[in-house]
Amino acid sequence: MRVLPAVQRWSASLVLGLALSLTAQSAEARKKDKDEKPAEAPYPSTYKSYPGRPTALVGATVYDGRGGRIDNGTVLFADGKLVAIGGADLAIPAGYDRIDAKGKFVTPGVIDAHSHLGDYPTPSVDAHSDGNEATSPTTPDVWAEHSVWPQDPGFTRALANGGITALQILPGSANLMGGRSVTLKNVPSLTVQGMKFPGAPYSLKMACGENPKRVYGSKGQKPSTRMGNFAVNRQTWIDAKAYMDNADADRDLGKETLAGVLKGEILIQNHCYRADEMALVIDMAKEMGYKVAAFHHAVESYKIADLLRENGICSAVWADWYGFKMEAYDGIPENAVLIARAGACVIIHSDDENGIQRLNQEAAKAQAAGKRIGIDIPDAQVVGWFTYNAAKALGIADRTGSLETGKMADVVLWNGNPLSVYTRPEKVWIDGAMLFDADNPKLRPVSDFELGQPGEGDVK
Amino acid sequence: MSRCALIAAALAACAFPFAAQAQDIAITNATVATGDGGAPIEHGTVVVRGGKVVAAGAGVAVPAGIQTVDGTGKWVTPGLFTAMTDLGLWDVGAVSESNDTEADESPFNAALDVAPALNPSSQHIAISRAGGVTRATVAAFNGNSIFAGQGAVIDLADDAAMVMKPRAFQFVELGEAGAKLAGGSRVAAHVALRNALREAKELAALPAGAARQSDAMLTRPDAMALARVLDGSEPLYVGVERAADIRAVLALRSEFPKLKLVLVGAAEGWLVASEIAAAHVPVITMPLRDLPAQFEMLAATQSNVGRMAKAGVKVAIGMFTGGNQPRYASQQAGNLVALARLPGAAGLTWGEAFAAISSVPAEISGFGGKAGVLAPGAVGDVVLWDGDPLELSSAPVEVWIDGVEQPLENHQTRLRDRYKDLDKSVLPKAYDW
Repeated sequence: MRVLPAVQRWSASLVLGLALSLTAQSAEARKKDKDEKPAEAPYPSTYKSYPGRPTALVGATVYDGRGGRIDNGTVLFADGKLVAIGGADLAIPAGYDRIDAKGKFVTPGVIDAHSHLGDYPTPSVDAHSDGNEATSPTTPDVWAEHSVWPQDPGFTRALANGGITALQILPGSANLMGGRSVTLKNVPSLTVQGMKFPGAPYSLKMACGENPKRVYGSKGQKPSTRMGNFAVNRQTWIDAKAYMDNADADRDLGKETLAGVLKGEILIQNHCYRADEMALVIDMAKEMGYKVAAFHHAVESYKIADLLRENGICSAVWADWYGFKMEAYDGIPENAVLIARAGACVIIHSDDENGIQRLNQEAAKAQAAGKRIGIDIPDAQVVGWFTYNAAKALGIADRTGSLETGKMADVVLWNGNPLSVYTRPEKVWIDGAMLFDADNPKLRPVSDFELGQPGEGDVK
Repeated sequence: MSRCALIAAALAACAFPFAAQAQDIAITNATVATGDGGAPIEHGTVVVRGGKVVAAGAGVAVPAGIQTVDGTGKWVTPGLFTAMTDLGLWDVGAVSESNDTEADESPFNAALDVAPALNPSSQHIAISRAGGVTRATVAAFNGNSIFAGQGAVIDLADDAAMVMKPRAFQFVELGEAGAKLAGGSRVAAHVALRNALREAKELAALPAGAARQSDAMLTRPDAMALARVLDGSEPLYVGVERAADIRAVLALRSEFPKLKLVLVGAAEGWLVASEIAAAHVPVITMPLRDLPAQFEMLAATQSNVGRMAKAGVKVAIGMFTGGNQPRYASQQAGNLVALARLPGAAGLTWGEAFAAISSVPAEISGFGGKAGVLAPGAVGDVVLWDGDPLELSSAPVEVWIDGVEQPLENHQTRLRDRYKDLDKSVLPKAYDW
């Protein structure tokens, strides 16, 4: 198993927190900006949605991603946007393709807040190992998008089997500060720019605990302990502040990322397993003037769900991974439901090229573990764990992650209840374009890598 | 749960080894899946006596005076049998002192025998048991040789007698990993295999205590272990994925006719399914692998199991190691049922899928009709589920092994109970147990 760093997500209260920290703490930080000419963000998205037909999904059970459920519902989309979501009485305008979805289910496109597709692509050969710049404990200067191989066959499996329409690609967790993430639309493209989610904010991947101290300690280098982890982190933030205060400093890519965090423009996605360590990170963030959006791989969030709620920090978790490393020894299947019950936010993430194909199933397992201890989270809310909540974490919830009029038509039609093991995506639309159809063998993306190979275009 | 109840539960768990009496029980009016590949039977009954299954199915009479369990609304199955696991060999994967899955600095390889190292108190045993797994095979990983050593068949009961059969099979790796271990190529791996079997043959023919040829490369214990493979008394499990590698393995039997082969992995098995079936070689695989994770599995697809089964190959779901836990077996099987509904895909029926995690792995492991099945004379391993056992929402409510009801408590359930509320107002959580 590839144990990699975690991603994070954030809530509305978190957005507010970011704005406040900007006002309260970044007057100094803004000093450096005065001399900077606003430049277009480099490597901009070139993604343009593909053509689609006005479509009406009729008769399905609809989960809107924000806790809403409509039985015998109707979902309309056209020109890449959701037009209306309603019941059986919703009128279908002329010119719409009508798809009979009786007995089927409709959800927003699935979103993975923690993926390494493209930067750890398959085949998993050394030449493809592009996820950890493990040459320094802090590499905020590297950007995951510069590692992403768009031909990773994993993107196609995530679409066809997992209904994934957007995902965040993170650097690995070898480093305390692993670099910038990139959020992608799950559309096949020759370039990463052609996949970049237009306007999605960047995140900085951070990691606490065993990985950084092991990687650098084994090289006889700092950090070799958890206290070393914190010392290096704190000094790095202090240096970043000094950089922001110095209008004459030479340009520094890493410090630009850190300044972006301190200015509230870049989110923090923090790989962190243990409850006590998350509590320390929360205080470090307060000390330095930034905000953690989400803890990823947060297997012990259930122990401090109240603290996480109070601080508006989300937990991106697996259903029930545990025991593979010391800091995962207290993982329990009830983690997600105990977090949700406390009123803190939950995302089901994958960190895995196989797991990303079954986020719906992982959420269902977590839900079931709760039911057995009397915590009954409705299906409609559980669907939000792998749709809307993930979108919030990535800062894209105003555009996708739920079925609401005017949002991107990122939609999955499932051939049954998505929380059942017997269910698979039947059709997947991204911005209203049908990019997967289980009934049409040609509507299945095939990576350049797989052309002419055994199994090309197979069901997979 | 109240503190008293917690203590009671803990005491019950502690006391269990001293009260391990097989119970005679009848579970009535449940949906019964016997593990034989057939469809589940509604309103069925299962009777266990003296630690063995006596009867299972519809129209089974409940013996007078026997303790009965009402199975209304529930499902009853044999305990799951998970093939090729690392159960009992580790506590924490990344804590090497607690991890006996691999010995890359040992001078021995084929002679390695997991049986004396197995720990029935491992949390992974308790957690897997709570997931309905009652039997498994356990193998070590390769250390510095293509031979990983000898695996065992175990039960997961809460008692000390864990090993059903030690030295149940030998494992050899002949794919990409085997090539690396052998010195850098598949060519070297095949020479290493043939040389090892030749040395085993020579040693077996020598009088006891006689000196071996001076050019022997294997240690004596390794050669002795392989002699059992050569004469077919111990099956040879072969790790391979690529279609060409599978063909090369099947061809071994023309040189070594007594080899009892089992393929482990076989991600491209569907490409050579008819050849595997004709050779009567069973397969243990992890079904949902559908990525070209290595060049040896470019044709990987979730339809692999369904296509092999259709061609007549005996296929078990297995290969549960590390974070890929044995309790996920039912999810893997359930996904194969889902595939049967997908256009162009190949899956299994419900009965076939359940058999792939019960009777089929038991048969491949040498316990056909004895484990993984609710049939007269089989071990009294019975799981009562709160719903369809392949569905994500279901879980075991009671588990019996050899007719003995098992505790389902473990480190995870104790943490769950402690943190079900976050109240620290009277005492720290450390006093809540």
